[in-house]
Amino acid sequence: MNVIRAGDLTKTYATDGVEVHALMGVSVDVEAGSFIAFVGPSGSGKTTLLNLLGCLDKPTSGRLEVAGSDVTRLDRRQAAAFRGARIGFVFQSFNLIAVLTAFENVEYPLVMVQDRPAIERRRRVLELLDAVGMADQRDKRPEQLSGGQKQRVAIARALVTRPELVLADEPTANLDGETAYTIIALMKKLRDEVGTTFVFATHDTRIIGAAEIVYTVEDGRLTGRQELP
Amino acid sequence: MGNLVKIAVRNLLRYTRRSLLTVSLIAFGVVFVLIFVAMAGAFKETIVASITDNYLGHLQIHRRGYVASIESLPLNLNLEPAQLAAIQKALESVPDVAGASERIKFNAMFSTFVETTGMRVTAVDPDREFAVSPKLPARVLQGDRTPAALARGKILVPELLARGMGTKVGDTVVVVATNKDGSVNGKTLLVSGILESATGPGGRDGYIHFEDAMEILRMPGTEATEVAIRLRDFDQVARVGRALRERLEGGGGSRAALEVHTWAQLSPFATVATLIDMMALFMKLMLIAIVLISVLNVMIMAVYERVREIGTIAAIGTLPRKILSLFLVEGVMLGTAGAAAGVLAGAAIILALNVWKVSVAFGGARQLFVLSPRIDLFEVVLASVMVIAVSVVASVQPAVRASRMEPIDALRHV
Ligand SMILES: Nc1ncnc2c1ncn2[C@@H]1O[C@H](COP(=O)(O)OP(=O)(O)O)[C@@H](O)[C@H]1O
Ligand SMILES: [Mg+2]
Repeated sequence: MNVIRAGDLTKTYATDGVEVHALMGVSVDVEAGSFIAFVGPSGSGKTTLLNLLGCLDKPTSGRLEVAGSDVTRLDRRQAAAFRGARIGFVFQSFNLIAVLTAFENVEYPLVMVQDRPAIERRRRVLELLDAVGMADQRDKRPEQLSGGQKQRVAIARALVTRPELVLADEPTANLDGETAYTIIALMKKLRDEVGTTFVFATHDTRIIGAAEIVYTVEDGRLTGRQELP
Repeated sequence: MGNLVKIAVRNLLRYTRRSLLTVSLIAFGVVFVLIFVAMAGAFKETIVASITDNYLGHLQIHRRGYVASIESLPLNLNLEPAQLAAIQKALESVPDVAGASERIKFNAMFSTFVETTGMRVTAVDPDREFAVSPKLPARVLQGDRTPAALARGKILVPELLARGMGTKVGDTVVVVATNKDGSVNGKTLLVSGILESATGPGGRDGYIHFEDAMEILRMPGTEATEVAIRLRDFDQVARVGRALRERLEGGGGSRAALEVHTWAQLSPFATVATLIDMMALFMKLMLIAIVLISVLNVMIMAVYERVREIGTIAAIGTLPRKILSLFLVEGVMLGTAGAAAGVLAGAAIILALNVWKVSVAFGGARQLFVLSPRIDLFEVVLASVMVIAVSVVASVQPAVRASRMEPIDALRHV
């Protein structure tokens, strides 16, 4: 089963009358439960591709199915609902909500996006905080946490809704080498435990080795596919 | 909802000083409006009570045309016996009437045998007049404060005149007047009391018994200049006025020759009262402006500061409607906090004003009116609802802007 089926995706930005072809005919299928990386230099189109896969943006042309649905036809509201139900996001700058504690940040999608009952929320949040090793920090605000700790909380937030797909754009770019490696290792461990598909974009050579499939992105095209042992 | 409020409150507390400043500003506006409304209401009520309870009554009925020439107190525009009977009948049909007093008003010469001066005289039946003007007895500075002070052959002399003429209680004086046929007649009267001045027309009149006036003016039958009416409930003035007008001013014959006026139509203070009401309205408009500007300002800042956070929550699937309500709730919390603080502070100040009494002198009268500012629950609710409603309105534009942000644009924002 493929969680992503993308065919001949293009994305053209037109700013001030100048057209930028950020993606030019990208086709890729991602099997459920895989752990894959898009790797390429800055400006090659990784973020653009992940935005399309994450239903944050629409392709200029091409076909795109995510979790079995044609997502090219969703309107703004439907896309938001789709993301809330099926996709988890991990960001480069963690993007936790400043006024909420670690616990409340993880709980946020269950309250504001999915409207789950309190008992279920508590159970799931504690389970995930435990899985990312942040259970003892759950009452701290983001400003009291280190970068690595914030990213752990963010990963817990991305997984708490049990999405089919987690997208992480440069998740380690703001972390030091060792922390970067442990974060990737943590994502992989969670993939092993819950079977969620992880797709990340990076130009960080330190963590590429952790991926199972590596796609090389250059100038808006996929120029290589490599399976690592 | 609980979570929306929690997030809103935490976000407001994040910029404690700014939020406190805004809340204080709104509270200040609310306090200002409440105190103004309370003080203005107390002032109006005190003055109106002083005017109506001293001499004006709540309503007056005259012969048509009398009020237009009221300054000269014309005797040829008196109410005739048939008209008085018609008025009597009309008043019996209105259950709200607490009392009615027929009065004869005329210009007279007042003489102490040594000196003579002009005086305006109001002639009344004492029991009926005291029912219509309950503050009249209290104005008797020296002498008798009972209706006996206005028994036949007695006169209550206005203070200013008594002082100028050296008149004292127990003196014998003469009141001389010209009747409508032009013949002059006088009567010797005993001074039973000195009457303190009151604000407004009628506040400097001398008082005698109704029948003494009939005698001086050589009236063949019972005539009266006016009928003053007091109601059980002051707030019914407009309604009863309309009812009486319908009964007395409509139709033909003797009734068509009558006119009914409320106190407000007879007293220049009614204009002041309207002005005060307009000022209160203006204060409320100011309050609306304060709330609108301060909440709008805070909410625009809040959205601007949190663009990336908005991008984040939108990306992870928060629906636009939820984002909208997040910011609306935040604005409403600001307004609600301001309204609550303002109502509490306002109530405390109004209470304090009642403990340490505030008094005003009005219209040059020597009486000091002690104000007891009160605030209706209605005014409190109105001000609070207004503040909260305006804070919703002020939050709409920033909240809509937040809810319409594209997550990828917002996420790129640094
Ligand atoms: N919103 C945009 N408007 C115009 N050009 C854009 C926009 N987003 C990205 N681009 C351009 O598209 C290309 C790919 O960008 P991006 O996907 O961010 O690459 P990467 O994430 O690999 O660094 C770049 O040339 C970039 O300048
Ligand atoms: Mg990028």
